[in-house]
Formats: sequence, C-alpha cells, structure tokens
Amino acid sequence: MNKKVDVHHVTRIEGHGNILVNVQSGVIEQVEWQVPEAPRFFEAMVRGRSWEDLQTIVSRICGICSISHSLACIKGIESAMRIPVSEQTDRLRLLAHYSEQVQSHVLHVGYLVAPDMLGAKSVIPLVQTHFDVVKTVIKLHRMANSWSDLLTGRTTHPITFKPGGFSKIPSETELRGLRVMLSEAVPDLTSLVDVLVSLADLLPAFERETEYVALVQPDRYTFYEGSIGSTDMAEATPLTEFESVVNEYVSTQSTAKWARWHRDSYAVGALARYNLNSAYLKPLAKDIARTFDLETRRHNPYFNTLAQVVECAHIVESALELIDELLAAGLRQEIPQVEPQAGEGVGCVEAPRGILFHRYVFDEQGRCTSANMSIPTNQNHGNIQRDMEALLPQIVDRSEEEIRLWLEMLVRAYDPCISCSTHYLHVKFV
Amino acid sequence: MNKPKVAIFDFAGCEGCQLQIVNMEEEILDLISIVRLVEWREGMSEQSEEYDVAIVEGSITRPQDEEKLRQIRGRAKILVALGACATDGGVNKMKNRFDLQEVKQVVYGADSALPHLDSAPTKAVDEVVPVDYKIYGCPIDRREFAYVVRSLVMGKRPEIPNYPVCVECKRKENVCRYEYQEICLGPITRAGCDARCPSFGTWCFGCRGSVDESNVQAAREVMERYGKNVEDLEDRMLLFSNK
Repeated sequence: MNKKVDVHHVTRIEGHGNILVNVQSGVIEQVEWQVPEAPRFFEAMVRGRSWEDLQTIVSRICGICSISHSLACIKGIESAMRIPVSEQTDRLRLLAHYSEQVQSHVLHVGYLVAPDMLGAKSVIPLVQTHFDVVKTVIKLHRMANSWSDLLTGRTTHPITFKPGGFSKIPSETELRGLRVMLSEAVPDLTSLVDVLVSLADLLPAFERETEYVALVQPDRYTFYEGSIGSTDMAEATPLTEFESVVNEYVSTQSTAKWARWHRDSYAVGALARYNLNSAYLKPLAKDIARTFDLETRRHNPYFNTLAQVVECAHIVESALELIDELLAAGLRQEIPQVEPQAGEGVGCVEAPRGILFHRYVFDEQGRCTSANMSIPTNQNHGNIQRDMEALLPQIVDRSEEEIRLWLEMLVRAYDPCISCSTHYLHVKFV
Repeated sequence: MNKPKVAIFDFAGCEGCQLQIVNMEEEILDLISIVRLVEWREGMSEQSEEYDVAIVEGSITRPQDEEKLRQIRGRAKILVALGACATDGGVNKMKNRFDLQEVKQVVYGADSALPHLDSAPTKAVDEVVPVDYKIYGCPIDRREFAYVVRSLVMGKRPEIPNYPVCVECKRKENVCRYEYQEICLGPITRAGCDARCPSFGTWCFGCRGSVDESNVQAAREVMERYGKNVEDLEDRMLLFSNK
C-alpha cells in the first residue's frame, strides 16, 4: 500500500517546518523533517553595533524566548568586558528568566499541544467543549505574562536588562504582590496536572533513548548558570567550549543549522533538563513528575510537554524562595557602570526549548566585531529527524491521517521555535 | 451582518507580534466573536483561500515570499501590516547594509552557495504590495491591535499617533533621557507606546519608526544642547529606521 504525507508548514508551532513522508508498497522511501524558514542572518547583522544596542537587537531573534536571548547576550557582554554584577541583579534576572519559562511552557502546553490531546484543531473550539481547562490555561498564561511585565518592562522583548544591572527594578511592594500571585497559581497548576494526567496515556508510547544535553550545576535544577552536561558524559564541559558540543553543520533539508555531539543527534529542552537534573526538583514538581510517571517515560519525546509542566511547578516553588531572599536582603537601586573594552565572551542560559549559547567579540570602543549563536531548536532538528526515522516503521500500517497526526505531534512536542534559527513546519506525504 | 473573514500570515520575523495577539488572552475571544478567523498557522490548523482582511507579520526577504505576499494581496480587500518588520522592515533590514554574499558566508560558511539558503535584500511589506493599515512597534501594542481590528470591523479608519514619543514621555513626567547623557530617539519616533522604554529607565530605540514629517531641526537642537552629535543618533537609527 502506498502512503504519502505532505504537511507543508506544520501548524501550531512557532516558525515554519515541513514533514515529508513517502511509503511505496509498505516500504519507507522517504521520511524527512524540513526547515524552510527564511533566514535572517543575525550573526552577520550585529557586526558594527555597539554593546549598548546589542541586547535590543538579538532579543528580536525570537518573540517567545526574547528574555533568554537577552540574558545570553548580556552575559556574553559582561564576560567579554569583565563587568561584575551584584547578587541582587543575578536574583532579579533569574526571577525574570523563570517568568519566561512559565510563559512559554503554558503557551505550548495549553494553546499548541492541548488541542491535539483533546481532539481539536485549535484552542478556539475548546472554549466551547473544555471551558474550565481553557480558563485555567489563560489564567496561568496571564500570570506569567504580568510576571515578565513587572521584571522586564513588558511581556516580549525586555526593556530593563542592561550589561551590569537593570535600568529599572520593581519595588518591594510589587515583589510582595508577585509573591501572592505566584502562590495563587499553585492550585491552577495542580488542576491543570489533573487534566493532563488523564490524557498522558493517550500520548504515543514511543521510546528512543538519545543523548540529552542541558546546563548542569552541582546542587540545583539550573536554568541560568552552570556548565554543559550530557547524559553521555560523566564530566561537565565549560561554556566557553560550546562550539565543540554543538558541532553545527548545514543540512540540505533545512535553512537552520543542525547539531551533533557524541552520537548522530542529541536532544535539548525540558525532557533533557529533567534527565540531567531531576534529583534537584522541588517537592511539588517531584510529586507531579511521579503523577505523570515521567521517570519511566523519560526517553519518550512526546513527554517533553509534561516535563514542561513539571518545570512550571518547580519554577513557581523556586521563584517563591527567590522573592523571599530578595525581600530579606532588601532592594537597592544600583546604577550599572560600564567602561566598554575589547574582549571576547560567551553567554549561556537554558531557553524554554533548551540550552542557548551566544559568543561575541568586541573592539576597544565596545563595537561587536563577530558573533556566533547556537539556538536550542537547531540543536533538536537532527534528533527530530532520527525520531521520525525510528517512529515511522512502528506506525507505518496506520492510516495516513494517523501517521500525519503522530508526526505533527512529535514535532510539536519539541516545542520548536523556528524563527529563532530562522523558521519551519509543513507534513508532506509525497 | 456578515462577519469579515480574517487571516493572519507571517514572513521573516520573531513572531513576537503574533504572540501579542495570543497575549490578549480572553480579550482575543471578544475579538474573534466579531470576525471570522479563517487562517492562522501559529494558532490553528485550519487554512483558507478566502478572506476579507489579511494581517501580515514579518518582513519580506526572498523572491518566493514576494510571490506569496502578492497572492495574499490579490485575495484580501484590506491588508494590514503587523509590527515593525512588516511596516518598516524592522531589525532584519540591518542586513541590507552589508554585501549579501558576504552575509551568507558569515552565517553558513562554505555551504552558503546552497540554493535553499538564498536570501534577497529585506523589504517592508509596502515595498512589495500596497498596504492599507499599519500597526507599528516591536512588538506591537495589544491595545492598539484590538483598536485597529475593531475600527476595521466598524468600517472606520483607525487614528494612529503621528507625533513624537516625547509628547507621551512628557505627559508621564519622565526625566528626559538626554539628562542622563543617553541618545534617545524619542524626538523623531512615532508615539503610541506610551513612552514605554523611557518609563522603564532607558532610551527610545525607535521601534515604531519615524513620524511622517519628523522635525529634524528640533532633534538637531536637542543633540546640540546636550553636546551629542547627529552621527550617534543615526547610528542608533540603524536598528529600526532603515527605510
């Protein structure tokens, strides 16, 4: 029997991607994950720009992970120019960074993936059929957005981040308000978990163990600092050696670059972070992971979505502690003092979709002379392709419609953020 | 009354402006009740070839995208450019300052000649097809988006500010960023953002583009008064004002 699937621009993902499948008489001739997003050439464009304008520019790499790109950039500048930052600055940045993880995860789980799990084409019909779920998702998403607004000046493309500190910080009263809002989000999160746990068994039971890569720190589940960990390595790798981790190459299937380390491909993102750091999850997050039985499903890429929910809980718990630390220390107005100088630096954080690297070189005036960025979604492309190659033979007897849905859901599970790289998603059965 | 059919399309950009539509949360449901949303790749699986209003995000960077945009224009009665990439080319236009072959070389190295990596100079949407309305900003302002959509449904022309950010900044009683020795693009940039960046302690970087007839003389006087030179201003204008 012949089967063709041609999804030209997969919907409900950030950016443009295509899936192409060709099965002739039961034999798989082709299964391809393609990335046709229009490239934007940020690494070339930033040359000549001042250190003062760099964050404003590279934030625009991605509307969904603009806080992560901004932080990677600012850390890169600070490392290149040896700019010290205070403990308060690091805490406030981490708090802002947490808000983006929740914003992005809730958007992905609630608006992009939930329709698949509930058998709808988008979140809009769910308003009629699953109003309570939609209401909870909206509430959590709005909570995360106003959390970002408070720390960064707006939801997308942060304003307040500066090399050396902040242009404006929240007041203690505002932080106390945020604390209340976060504690109120806990019951919403657990009610979302109740809905998802009944749907988790509907996710394809597909396992493919791969190399998982994420930031690691000796004593915590980290998003904001650390070194590069891999499930294939006992020792962590310094951030400055990130190029030897990603080993980027150009694929003819993609305008975005692909990556590989110890194997053909590796995975980054919530499931990778879970696989490397789950021992350090906070209590509620641990409970939720147990509820989803995540430990036995940690090699199932579809469960990346549920790992994101676990992270939301961990982050809310961690943020509450962080706010207490900030309030206990008392907030001080600090004015960033920077003397631009020549140098080279690397900045790295975990974006919601996985580990993100920026490297910059500056001249004496603080103008950028070269830049290199490795984006999480690009690091996942190769792994998506390998997953498809492993999954298709298992489901090749199913209907075209089902094959299409499973492959689309696989891509969505990775929460690709293709405009980052540049963009992607269509499935094509040819 | 027939609800107007609305479709949302995206070209090269960060998709942050579409995200602002999502960020309207339940308010988006109100808006959806007065229109028929027929295509929106980022948010839903449905697709359509029939629509009255096309909302276009992103800048145009490839010949095949120009072709697609012309097709969209041909089908839509009203075309709205959404966000700085669509209205002005946005940060993507910084690329045009360089030799395109060299830019591709920097990013893709030896593979830069592969045909699927091709790219043309960045264009704003109105450099390819006529645009009826523009929603400015990087990212757009959610309230302005809702206002424009409501106006269009009611058949009214939306009023978009055509005066500089300084007007809003003064109204908010912010201290002028030039007092902090910063280069601020407020004097020449279109208002409508409620002077958001100066209100959060930093300079305006001009994401809403220049006002239609900017008072360049006044801007020069500001620069002189604070001992700044116009080159610094122009340097910062390269971010979002590359028209």
